[in-house]
Amino acid sequence: MTQRIAVLVEHLEGQPTDVTFELLGLARRIANTDGASVQAYLFGERVGHLAESLPADSVTVVEHSALHHLAPEPTARVLAALLPADLPRLLLVPNTSLGMDVAAWVAAALEWPLVAYCQALEHRGSRLVATAQLFGGKILADVTLDERPTVIAALAGAFAADAVNPGAPGKIERRDAPAELAALRTRSVVLERPEAADVDITRAEKIVAVGRGIESKDNLELAEQVAQALGAVLAASRPLVDAGWLPRSRQVGKSGLKVKPKLYFALGISGAPEHLEGMKDAELIIAVNKDPKAPIFGVADYGAVADLFEVSEALLERLEG
Amino acid sequence: MTIVVVMEQVPDVVEELAIAPSGTDLDRDAVSYVLNEYDDHALEEALLLAEASGDEVVAVGIDTTGELDQTLYTALAKGARRAIKLTGDFEGTWLSTRAAARLLVPVIQELGPRLVLTGVQAPDDLDGQLAPTLAALLGWPHASVVIGSELVDGVVQVRKELWGGITMTLELELPAVLGVQAARQAPRYVPISRVRQVMREASIETREVEAPDGLVPAVTTLRVPEQAGRAEILTGSPAEIADRIIELLRARGLL
Repeated sequence: MTQRIAVLVEHLEGQPTDVTFELLGLARRIANTDGASVQAYLFGERVGHLAESLPADSVTVVEHSALHHLAPEPTARVLAALLPADLPRLLLVPNTSLGMDVAAWVAAALEWPLVAYCQALEHRGSRLVATAQLFGGKILADVTLDERPTVIAALAGAFAADAVNPGAPGKIERRDAPAELAALRTRSVVLERPEAADVDITRAEKIVAVGRGIESKDNLELAEQVAQALGAVLAASRPLVDAGWLPRSRQVGKSGLKVKPKLYFALGISGAPEHLEGMKDAELIIAVNKDPKAPIFGVADYGAVADLFEVSEALLERLEG
Repeated sequence: MTIVVVMEQVPDVVEELAIAPSGTDLDRDAVSYVLNEYDDHALEEALLLAEASGDEVVAVGIDTTGELDQTLYTALAKGARRAIKLTGDFEGTWLSTRAAARLLVPVIQELGPRLVLTGVQAPDDLDGQLAPTLAALLGWPHASVVIGSELVDGVVQVRKELWGGITMTLELELPAVLGVQAARQAPRYVPISRVRQVMREASIETREVEAPDGLVPAVTTLRVPEQAGRAEILTGSPAEIADRIIELLRARGLL
């Protein structure tokens, strides 16, 4: 039997998400080298029509009302029911809010190895090596995979979608919902969109973004002044939003918003991978941080290893002067 | 009834991290440890739930650092009723998520809580996050990236954040496992004098446990990412840096 590289299709409100195509691209590259085929797992309620848009050799479709929004328990239980018989070489799952709940659960339930936060997966000789981003992006871990089926939780934005083969799948196979879905302990699942925010940071041309380095809520005023002087809007990394200093509508990053402004001016942001995911495509990134090893300097065009307060004061003197 | 919070100390990623000569772990002698920030949010969320429901919060941790007492005494000072520390032959090791979950499951089963809360992720959870791993081993429903929860009529209503501000609200039957991203409010502050008082009055229950299989993650090599070195570093005084930034913005028509 041909080995298979399987991908869990993530979708939201009837559309596959970008990371799905990135994982299908990755699966295709691995499969081409190994002479394997690409299998997509498409779960949901009335999502069968999406199968036509997936560049995979085969699409396995399971439709059930409990799978509507790909909630953690039902999605994980269906995968865990199918995988022992399907036995793919790899199962690729996005390391997103939806995917992390499924990848770790399935791997633990089946006692399969799992590499989370995966940013690279490639052949080295005859072995596959997965590279994970750990410790806030400061350390990479290379993991040489053994022969066992392995779950890979792959970071969004780390892999290229497959531009060569956007074609329709070869085979679409519908399967009955496994019996496990009859005994779920997850009841209702509802999606909510955010209320309209005061500012839409995804449309801003210039963003001043603050991170933990700002130290206290009182210091936000200084950052706000810099933003106003530059004609920019103020955004923040996750810890400030979790602390309640700024609303969620101002959060840049994996669990927040993706932005692509002309200017991203980062003050006191170290650049955790989750943050970089949301802003690395900005046209011009300038970062001020005290730590010369802060990962933000890896994506910034210009950096200053300096005290953000002193630089901000100096900027204000000049711009407002 | 009981709500368990699992708390873990992790290397402080704000500090410089060095790789051990073995190449498969950090140089643990050079690491300084802090409470996983998400676990602090998990504790806060648990305390808020318990204040509304009258449940008892039990803080549980695996001591891989020899320094967990401070974390557990702080949890007691904040309002946890009990603190349980698991010790064993794994001090100074990088514990895999799977191994941690295997150590925790018997304690959780003995405590019989209706909820287990822990942080959504940790800086070192290479083999996946703890909450879904615990849920799989316990056979309980779960959700991660939780930003709010409420106990209502025998279920927990959970707000799970997806991305771009979109949230999923789920109702999970109890018992359930939650991976907390952010508590409804910022974690409470407790003065050090109160922690000292608790250290005199309360005690941490210590359990010696056997190190499980798969103790450490299966790492081949750790390495420091090559700084893409993209950033051109602006040097000089803050005033000179400010001048350069303004120059750069003017050159691009951004000012």
